[in-house]
Amino acid sequence: MRILKFLLRKEFRQIFRDKSILAMIFLMPTIQLIIMPQAANFDVKNVNLAVVDNDHSTYSQRLITKVSSSGYFRIVDASPSFKQALRSVEDNEADLIMEIPAGFERNLVREGSQKLSLAVDAINGTKATIGGAYLSRIIGDFNNDIRLQWIQPGRFNDMTVIDVTSSNWFNPLGEYYFFMVPGILVLLLTLVGGFLSALNIVREKEIGTIEQINVTPIKKWQFILGKMIPFWVLGMLIFTIGLAIARFVYGIIPVGSLVTLYTFAGVYMIALLGFGLLISTYSDTQVQAMFVAFFFIMIFILMSGLFTSVDSMPPWARAIAYMTPVTHFIDVVRMIVLKGSGFADISRQLLYEVGFAIVLNGWAILNYRKTS
Amino acid sequence: MNQTQEKAISCRELTKQFGDFVAVNKITFDVEAGEIFGFLGANGAGKTTAMRMLCGLSYPTSGQASVASFDVYKQQESIKKTIGYMSQKFSLYENLTVLENIEFFGGIYGLSDKELKLKSDELVSTLGLGPEARKLVGSLPLGWKQKLAFSVAIIHEPRIVFLDEPTGGVDPVTRRQFWDLIYAAADRGITIFVTTHYMDEAEYCNRISIMVDGKVEALDSPGNLKRQFNTDSMDDVFYQLARGAKRSAD
Repeated sequence: MRILKFLLRKEFRQIFRDKSILAMIFLMPTIQLIIMPQAANFDVKNVNLAVVDNDHSTYSQRLITKVSSSGYFRIVDASPSFKQALRSVEDNEADLIMEIPAGFERNLVREGSQKLSLAVDAINGTKATIGGAYLSRIIGDFNNDIRLQWIQPGRFNDMTVIDVTSSNWFNPLGEYYFFMVPGILVLLLTLVGGFLSALNIVREKEIGTIEQINVTPIKKWQFILGKMIPFWVLGMLIFTIGLAIARFVYGIIPVGSLVTLYTFAGVYMIALLGFGLLISTYSDTQVQAMFVAFFFIMIFILMSGLFTSVDSMPPWARAIAYMTPVTHFIDVVRMIVLKGSGFADISRQLLYEVGFAIVLNGWAILNYRKTS
Repeated sequence: MNQTQEKAISCRELTKQFGDFVAVNKITFDVEAGEIFGFLGANGAGKTTAMRMLCGLSYPTSGQASVASFDVYKQQESIKKTIGYMSQKFSLYENLTVLENIEFFGGIYGLSDKELKLKSDELVSTLGLGPEARKLVGSLPLGWKQKLAFSVAIIHEPRIVFLDEPTGGVDPVTRRQFWDLIYAAADRGITIFVTTHYMDEAEYCNRISIMVDGKVEALDSPGNLKRQFNTDSMDDVFYQLARGAKRSAD
């Protein structure tokens, strides 16, 4: 225990003496947590729309007005032909083309139906698909308006309209922040914890001090604990700062208990530090460790369900997602913070993290050798 | 094992191989307790590799060796308790102060708070570090760093200390001071195992061995070696042996 005390004292002295590490630990999460949720917003606005009106009728005008007044679209081009409208898509000016065929009004009135064509520039997939969905809905609305106008009520009573209203549980206003902030908090904890722990031991290898440690009678577990405890404390500190920002900047107050949240975060941090230590035992230089850590953390983040839903991934990808500790933590943070889930609800994920922690740390300790 | 009981170090055909490359090739020698033993050789001759095996940092490929009568295969952790080691690379923490380094290394060798206090005061006065004791080690001149590294390597009063080119890049005056420290340690009964490229330093040793291409080619007192090679300078002895080397410098 006495040896551990000296290790910890040394480690904390070094951390608090290194200004760039301090900045990385405190400033980066703060700034990113304030900037990223504002920017990483999936609400689509200002979709650029090119309109090709081949009908030039009152109805086509009414449809165009309805679309442009919805607030989601900006009409950037009114071309006489589809070909020309396509050019504005090629020039990156328009994301969507809506083509109204000739005879639109006549067919609507006479035959009660008319086809419209929408062409979507799928390069910016999210913007275009969501924009396309909005547009379809507006056209659907327009369709209803006309039906009400032309078809006398009572005559077609059998044509009941199903009106769907939805309400967002646990996030009543559908605020993006509520969804993103807890996720980004996890991401920052992952970055700081994963990189710092991966780089730290390798740094000692590079400057040669690890050899001086290896030639002492220090035990492996003492050395590893001496490295893990400081970063664990820092991680929990960052987590706390993050929760405070969530509270005071975004007004997100965890619905569930803080004890559950911190217990999970604590176990997650141990798993993550084990991951960092494992990388450091395999790397000889900081550059190597950096690249390897970057590779895995990229996968962790992209597969974690932070930006996309894990449930809609193909089965093999879902398998990978479940193999990464980040996935479960993001899931659980959202559950506890937004839904107020308790220990019983998250026990499966907690078990996963405990498993990760044991495997990663056990592997790291086995692979760290004082004698090569 | 019986006849090696009182030896500080004893090697029998100790070998280290990396793939096809035989870094250390069946070296055999003994180091008596209390001796200052010079371990010479050109760059790449295998000195550091041999030293790392004796310190329990690396497993030998074959052969036997014991340090303070502990086996290098099975009892590395016991060896580590009884030795001090100063590597070729400066390996104190540059972003800790002198006192913090002393406290850390003393602490992990199990010194008590009282012993730590005593050792710190003693080191600061013998090294003549006044106010510098509270400065970061990184800001000290190289000569002081090396003297400090040596003092830290023997802070726990080991029975044997291994020094890997401790005076590389250090000016002659500081080198002389460094050797004063080595003599003081030897007087306290610490066995010194030292590698060097300076032939004047070789003269300070009780006995020296010269390694060429992984083998120990000569082993005797400096005086005897000079007689054996029929010359009056160690430089010449080293040159006669090392020019036959096939390995290029690293």
